[in-house]
Amino acid sequence: MSKKSFRQAINEALRQEMRRDPTVILMGEDVAGGRGGSANTQDAWGGVLGVTKGLYEEFGETRVLDTPITEASYIGAAAGAAVTGLRPVAELMFVDFVGCCLDQIMNQAAKFRYMFGGKARTPLVIRAMYGAGFNAAAQHSQALYPLFTHIPGLKVVIPSSPYEAKGLLISAIRDDDPVIFLENKVMYDVEEEVPDESYAIPFGEANLTREGDDVTIVAFGRMVGMANEAADRLAKKGIGCTVIDPRTTSPLDSETILECVADTGRLVIVDESSPRCNMATDIAALVAEEAFDTLRAPIRRVVPPHTPVPFATVLETLYLPSVEKIEAAVTATMNYRVTEKV
Amino acid sequence: MQIARETLLRSYRAMRTIRMFEERLHVEFATGEIPGFVHLYCGEEASAVGVCANLTDNDTIASTHRGHGHCIAKGVEVAGMMAEIYGRSTGVCRGKGGSMHIADLACGMLGANGIVGGGPPLICGAALSHKTLRDGGVAVAFYGDGASNEGTTLESLNLASVWQLPAVFVVEDNGYGEATGASFACAGTQKARAAGFGMPYIECDGSDYFAVHEAAGEAIAHARAGKGPIMLHVHLQRWYGHFEGDAMTYRAPGEVAEAKRDHDCLKLFRERVTQAGLFEDSVLDEVDAAVTDEIEAAVLQAKDDPLPQSADLLADVYVRY
Repeated sequence: MSKKSFRQAINEALRQEMRRDPTVILMGEDVAGGRGGSANTQDAWGGVLGVTKGLYEEFGETRVLDTPITEASYIGAAAGAAVTGLRPVAELMFVDFVGCCLDQIMNQAAKFRYMFGGKARTPLVIRAMYGAGFNAAAQHSQALYPLFTHIPGLKVVIPSSPYEAKGLLISAIRDDDPVIFLENKVMYDVEEEVPDESYAIPFGEANLTREGDDVTIVAFGRMVGMANEAADRLAKKGIGCTVIDPRTTSPLDSETILECVADTGRLVIVDESSPRCNMATDIAALVAEEAFDTLRAPIRRVVPPHTPVPFATVLETLYLPSVEKIEAAVTATMNYRVTEKV
Repeated sequence: MQIARETLLRSYRAMRTIRMFEERLHVEFATGEIPGFVHLYCGEEASAVGVCANLTDNDTIASTHRGHGHCIAKGVEVAGMMAEIYGRSTGVCRGKGGSMHIADLACGMLGANGIVGGGPPLICGAALSHKTLRDGGVAVAFYGDGASNEGTTLESLNLASVWQLPAVFVVEDNGYGEATGASFACAGTQKARAAGFGMPYIECDGSDYFAVHEAAGEAIAHARAGKGPIMLHVHLQRWYGHFEGDAMTYRAPGEVAEAKRDHDCLKLFRERVTQAGLFEDSVLDEVDAAVTDEIEAAVLQAKDDPLPQSADLLADVYVRY
């Protein structure tokens, strides 16, 4: 066990799975980087933010395939390779680029199994960066996990830490369904203790990162860290929070969410994605339908406004959920009192 | 080029099966019993069969909206296809796919496709699997002149060349993308497109089984030998509308009649093999009779087969959830 960054944890998961299974291949823009360049370097980048660095060196050009900048053809190729015997891990780089290849994900990979009467397996992983906080503005900052969650046939994973990233990516690669694996780009340098050996974290099992009696907070990806920090601050004020990291939005561990809400009677959902039809609305609907009578206060959502992600730091900070906003939402839900109407 | 007698007879039977399957569907669809959309391949049989006669179960194809012919040519069971089109639980996709999504991975049929241009990227992936697993297989993308304008197709030509994939891109050019003419919609030529991606190009007359078989044989051998991708441009004629119910108001009077009279691949095949003394008419008549029985039985069976159950609605969304 040693301290590893989010980036290193993902790299290690890929390396260990590629060593274990020769059918695991990587493809994407610059996943090696440098092919055809004047420096004649074949492992120059390892992806635009260096996540796959060194894998070309170990596994060579038959396992680590640089692609042209043509998302539709290579994401489609990854889907085609997955149904014909390989286990491709395709890097879509920024998830925002899914607009270029959504058909191959939404109409092809996600539907093969169902449309073909259960006779197809599509062991495909698509890794992509998501999230604001990098001043990357509207076309490089979106958190599109609700878009994928909406589509039956896809599994959607949002790791919240280096430890989680390694174990969840290993599960993703071993899974026989198409998996969208979303990495928050702001988290790549976050470090924590990560085991050197291989381990798999199952999908659909939420992780309780804090336990408390007063309020349940459900948070995704990078928001889990913020929710934990808010919970620590609130604990000092005597407010106990349970923080749930669902890990995967599809499948979603509804049971754990409902149980925790039944215990605390209050719910705050923290979701970095655009607020209409996102995970927060989905979970709010779930709890309203299944556990209305356990609620002691209205459900609160800490979400961005319904706007593209802005560029300027001051605006981007206003846009994103924050520890302070989560703390305020929890405090508000604690202070809620039913007033009898005359 | 010498083609084995057995191959010729099998090919004739496949072409006849496609023809009768489709003409029967044309009639059955009009009765209103078949749900959804049906896109017929009639008139184009020699293309699917001429290409697939050069393939084995180890090779992969991806198809189009107009997929019945490719399915039959690649060996998908006719009864299972008919049941699928009727939406029965016995269908090859258990009634979940319908006409536009018939697939059978066991015989290398990666699916008809409801999305124009959906297949070529998938074929790059299948070709990558063949190359990586070193199983000697090739992957063939059938797509129409309409799909030849999709970005996915052009990207796939590039990717296949960059990766030197064992892929064959078969443009089935019937001159119409739905109701719009290729002469309007396709800029330049398919030949120039292939050249633009550094890819060899062959073209052939799609009503001539022998021409297709030879051209496809050359193309497939090229890909199988590890020489990279290649484009095969097949000129052919569509006898029915884009979909069933299409009155084809965009086609000149007599166009289809002329296609049937002068470019019927089955008629041409029969003339060729009987004149060459390869087969007696009676042998081919026997095939026709057997196919007639097979299609009749498939339709009756499909109509009689059970519908999917409510539990099937939620089955097979995922392998594991």
